[in-house]
Amino acid sequence: MDKIYAHPKSLRDVSTHYCPGCGHSLAHRIIAEAVDELGIRERVIAVAPVGCAVIAYDYWNFDCSEAAHGRALAVATAIKRVRPKNIVFTYQGDGDLAAIGTTETIHAANRGENLSVFFINNAVYGMTGGQMAPTTLLNQKTSTTPDGRNAKFQGYPLKISEMLALLPGVKYIERVSLASPQEIIKAKRAIKQALVNQIEGLGFSLVEMLSPCPTYWGLSPKLSMDWIKETMVKEFPLGVIK
Amino acid sequence: MTKSKILMTGNEAIAEAAIQAGCTFYAGYPITPQNELTAYMAAHMQERGGVFIQAEAEVSAINMVYGASASGARAMTSSSSPGISLKQEGISYIAGAELPAVIVNIMRGGPGLGNIWPAQSDYFQATRSGGHGDYHSIVLAPSSVQESYNLTKLAFDLADIYRIPVMVLGDGILGQMMEPLQFTNIKPRLKVKPWVLTGCVNRKPNIVKSFYMAEGDLEKANLRSQKKYKQIQSKEERWEELFAEDAKVVLVAYGSMSRIAKSALKYLRAKGKKVGLVRPISLWPFPKEAFSKLKKKYLVVEMSYGQMLEDVQLSVNGKAKVEFLGRAGGGVPSEEEIIAKVNRIYNG
Repeated sequence: MDKIYAHPKSLRDVSTHYCPGCGHSLAHRIIAEAVDELGIRERVIAVAPVGCAVIAYDYWNFDCSEAAHGRALAVATAIKRVRPKNIVFTYQGDGDLAAIGTTETIHAANRGENLSVFFINNAVYGMTGGQMAPTTLLNQKTSTTPDGRNAKFQGYPLKISEMLALLPGVKYIERVSLASPQEIIKAKRAIKQALVNQIEGLGFSLVEMLSPCPTYWGLSPKLSMDWIKETMVKEFPLGVIK
Repeated sequence: MTKSKILMTGNEAIAEAAIQAGCTFYAGYPITPQNELTAYMAAHMQERGGVFIQAEAEVSAINMVYGASASGARAMTSSSSPGISLKQEGISYIAGAELPAVIVNIMRGGPGLGNIWPAQSDYFQATRSGGHGDYHSIVLAPSSVQESYNLTKLAFDLADIYRIPVMVLGDGILGQMMEPLQFTNIKPRLKVKPWVLTGCVNRKPNIVKSFYMAEGDLEKANLRSQKKYKQIQSKEERWEELFAEDAKVVLVAYGSMSRIAKSALKYLRAKGKKVGLVRPISLWPFPKEAFSKLKKKYLVVEMSYGQMLEDVQLSVNGKAKVEFLGRAGGGVPSEEEIIAKVNRIYNG
């Protein structure tokens, strides 16, 4: 009988530090599967963020660099320019990519760097205890918006993917969700597309993944998935943006 | 390589030296008075096989250097004082990840936006780990265009040998002035770097990081660095001495300032005054050894309000008198001011 499903080689066989129901484990896994299926594990250099996924390199089984908070795309730009034959991707949260690292994000995209970006949007800062993120929804309660995000004082959820889509250097942007098996299959397809674009030298690709954070949403894993499907997608609609 | 001398600014000499040292990655951001360096890199890097990026910010430029170094390139960035402040986070990460890198600071007046006149007011920042954490950068301070070239070449070798950030610390005078320069044939001491990110072909994955969460791991990494710093302190002190043997008063100055001190020294010697000079070339490690044969009096002269002064005081440890003359914010202590000060303290 043919073996049709196995532990990806690109994922180490270790236990996870992520909370129950967290989306990072899913995202790590489908990225590892995509890397394996494209046969590029030995070419990959990944850049890990600061945030809950800071030790992504303890899970992935390929070369990785850590970057300072928000600086992943500056680090990745240089790695790719020095080693254009390698496959370089960043893995960044919403705070990293769309708040403290906004400058690096916009300019790497505008230069059309031939990179793949995996952007985890869970509408909250997880590692530091659930503060407001740039992508926090209006009225969403966090430790720094105890009465809910109020547009008058905290502005609006930042749609950075839509903003980046305006730039001519950007090849591909898709927003996907990790809230159901079907959506996860679509997410993996998008991840592969972003990597294939880089292999083919087509330029900057970004996949935004709406990802559950049950701990800081104060919801069960199941209700977190429902919240993505029913609430989060209204602010962050799924699909190919560019 | 040309045998005859050519005329270059300090900024250009540093850029050319970097390329000759095998620097294949440069990222920078415009700031006066170091723009000629970035322009030279823009004009020459690509045609000589390297990468030039005008970064969107100083912060990005230093983090690009981090990435380039992590993937094996000899990498450099340059800036001037306010820009160097912005780079401190990145320098701390480079030190934490034990990456080699060369950072050039062509100092200008501060604090804040200050002005674009030459200054030496970033000495503390350069020599006392300007970013967070217990770390050091090697700091080299040239005093001529030729030495800017020589020390930049050395900076890349030291960075690789010790896996440490190395700062070339000049000032606006040095960056802007033109002098004859003779290229040297010193070949870069390129090291095999098994730790770099290349893709994990036939080996376990490499990881470049400065994050150590497990109990005891960070202390272990810090102690490894401290051991390295001790080794650097014992091997890499550099300085120049003039007439120090019989001197009653020893001038202590570095960079452009040391040239004015030398002129004063020449004048005073011609007048029969026993004056000497110690010119620190490495500011970290500070050349304590140069102060081991204690003189009666030291006169520290700086384009600051007394920063290197503290290292001289620490080196003599209360066993000699240390006087100070300094100006900053556009003012440069003149030959006449130095002579007058020496005359005042000579018989005192």
